[in-house]
Amino acid sequence: MEAKRLPLAPLVGAALLVAVPIVLPDWMKFIVTLAMAKFMAVLSVALFLRANQVTFGHAMFYAVGAYTVGFGAKWFGVRDAVLLVPLGALFGAAVAALVGLVMARYREVFFAMLNLAFSMMLYGAFLKLYWVTGGTDGLSAGIPKFLGYAPSREYLRDFLYYTALGVTGVVIYAVYRFLASPLGFYLKAMADNEIRIEYSGESVRHVMYVTYVLSGALGGVGGVLAAFTVGHIVPEYSFWIQSGEFVFVALLGGYGSAVGPLVGSIAFEFIRTYASKYFPNEWQMVLGIIMLAIILFRPGGLWTIYEGIAARFGRREREVERA
Amino acid sequence: MRTLTIILLDGAVFAAVLFLISVGLTLVFGVLRILNVSHGGIYAFGAYLATFLALRLLEIGGSPYLTYLMLLVGPVIVGLIAGPLIERVFLQRVYGRAEAIQLLLTFSIFLILDDLMKLIWGTKPLFVSEPYKLLGEFSIAGIRYSWYQVLLILVSIVFGGALVWAVRGTRFGKIVVSVINDREISQAIGINVNRIFMVSFTLGAFCAALGGALVAPTIAVVPGFAVDATVLAFAVIAIGGMGSLEGAALGALIVGLLRALAVHLLPEADLVVIYLAMILVLVARPQGLFGQVELRRI
Repeated sequence: MEAKRLPLAPLVGAALLVAVPIVLPDWMKFIVTLAMAKFMAVLSVALFLRANQVTFGHAMFYAVGAYTVGFGAKWFGVRDAVLLVPLGALFGAAVAALVGLVMARYREVFFAMLNLAFSMMLYGAFLKLYWVTGGTDGLSAGIPKFLGYAPSREYLRDFLYYTALGVTGVVIYAVYRFLASPLGFYLKAMADNEIRIEYSGESVRHVMYVTYVLSGALGGVGGVLAAFTVGHIVPEYSFWIQSGEFVFVALLGGYGSAVGPLVGSIAFEFIRTYASKYFPNEWQMVLGIIMLAIILFRPGGLWTIYEGIAARFGRREREVERA
Repeated sequence: MRTLTIILLDGAVFAAVLFLISVGLTLVFGVLRILNVSHGGIYAFGAYLATFLALRLLEIGGSPYLTYLMLLVGPVIVGLIAGPLIERVFLQRVYGRAEAIQLLLTFSIFLILDDLMKLIWGTKPLFVSEPYKLLGEFSIAGIRYSWYQVLLILVSIVFGGALVWAVRGTRFGKIVVSVINDREISQAIGINVNRIFMVSFTLGAFCAALGGALVAPTIAVVPGFAVDATVLAFAVIAIGGMGSLEGAALGALIVGLLRALAVHLLPEADLVVIYLAMILVLVARPQGLFGQVELRRI
C-alpha cells in the first residue's frame, strides 16, 4: 500500500493565497479579500444545493453580518474585526435559528420563495427605517482595528486580507467536518430521497434546521468581512439579486466540496471586475451566458473540471506503476 | 371614509397590475412545474417594445389612438418570439432535472434579458403618455384618477375571465388540464405534450408582456423595473397558490389592498407587509390559498 499522498493542487492554492499579497497590487488584494468574504455566504448556499434546495434569500444573513459592523461602529464604537467576526456569526446564527424554525418545514420552490420573502422583509426594513439604518445612504463601517491595534492606512489592506484568509481556513475546516459528519451525509441524501432518511431514524427537519443555523453563521461572518472590505453597508446586501449571485457563484465553483465555492468566488470577482470594466452595461448578460453554459454543459461547476483533470492524471500514474 | 375610498381604489388599481404580472407566471408553473424567474424580464420586454412602437408610431405621424393597438402588438411579438425560443432552446433541456437547476436556468435567462433591454433601448427612461392622457381624468374624494387606471382594472378582469374560460371551457383547456394532472397518461392517449408545453409557455410569456405593455403608460419604463415586478409576482402567486388562476386573482387583491393600506397609513412598511403576508399565508397553508397538496413520493 502506498502512503496516502497529500493532494498537491489545493496545497499549492493555499500557499499562493498566503504568499500572494506580497506581490499583488492593492486593487487585486481588495478583490481577493472580498471574494473570500463572499465565499462564506456562497458556501452557506452551496450547503443547501447539495440537498437540492435553492435559496433566493441567503443574502439576509450576509446583511445581518454587515449591519452588525455598521451598528457596532455607529452606536457602540466597536470596530475590532477580531471581535466582530464571531459576533457576526452569532447574530447570523441567531436570526437563522429563528427563521429556521419556519424554514425547516419547507422544500424546493417554497423554500426558495420563503427565504426570498424573509430577506426582502429585511431589505424593506433596512431601506425604510432610515433613522436607524441610514436608508439608501447606508452606514459606514469605519476603519477596523485588530485586537485593539489600529494598523496604518498602507497596511490596512494586508491586515484585512490575512484576517479574511484566516477565517476562510477555519470556515473550510469547520464545513469540511460538518460535511463529513453523519448529518452532512444525510444532507446530501436529501437530494435523493427524504423519506428513506426518515426510515433510517433521522429527522429530515432536524437536518434542515442544523444546516440552516450553520448557514446563517456562515453568512454572518461573510457579511462582517465584506462590510470591512467595502467600508460601506447598504440595504442591497439583503436584496434578492445578491442572493441570486451567491447561488450563481456556488454553481460556478461547484457545490460538491467546501473548496469549490472558494474557487468560484475568486473567479467570479475577477469575471465581474473585468466584465464591468469592458462591458459596463452588459456584465449581467455575460454572467447569465456563463451560467447557462455551466448548467447545460458543466453542471458540477469549475471544480469538476479540476477533478476531471486530477482523476485523469491519477489514473495515468497508476497505470505506469502497474506496468 | 375618504381615506378608505382612496385606499380601496388604489388597491384595486394596484391589484389589477399585479394580476396582469402574475397570471402568466402561475399559468407556466401550473403546466410546466417550473418557476419561471425570467418572467419579469419578459414583462419588461413587453413594456419596452410596446412603448417603443407607440413612440415610433407617433414620430411618423400616426394617430395617437393607434397607440392602444401598439400596446397589443408589442406583447404579441414578444410572446411569439420569447415563448418558443426560451421553451424550445433552453427549458426543454432541463425537464426532469433537479428543481435547483431549473430555477437557475430561468434566473440566468432573466439576467440576459435584463441587459439585452439596456443594449437595445439604452438606459434612458422611455415614456409614452398618449394612452393615458387620451382617456382623461375624473376625481373621487378630491383625488384625481385617470380613466386609464379604470381601464386597467376592467382589462384585467376580462383577461382573467377569458383565461379561466380558456382553461375550463375549451378543448385546448381540457387537454392542458390533462397534461397538468398526468404527463405520461396524456402522452399515451395521444396528446402532444411537448406542444402543449410550448403553447402554454408562449401564452404565459404573452401574458407577461401584455402586463408590462399595459402598465407602461402609467410609469416610465426604466432598466431594472423587471426586478421589482418579478419578486412581487412571486409573492402574489405564493399567496394565492402556485398554478391556480383564481389564486393569482385573490393573491393580487390581497397584496394590492395591503400595499395601498400601508402606503396611506404606514408608509415605512409598504415593502414589509407584502412579504409578511406571504410568510403568514405560507406558514399556515404551505400550498397557498388555492394550491393543491402534492403527495410525497417514496
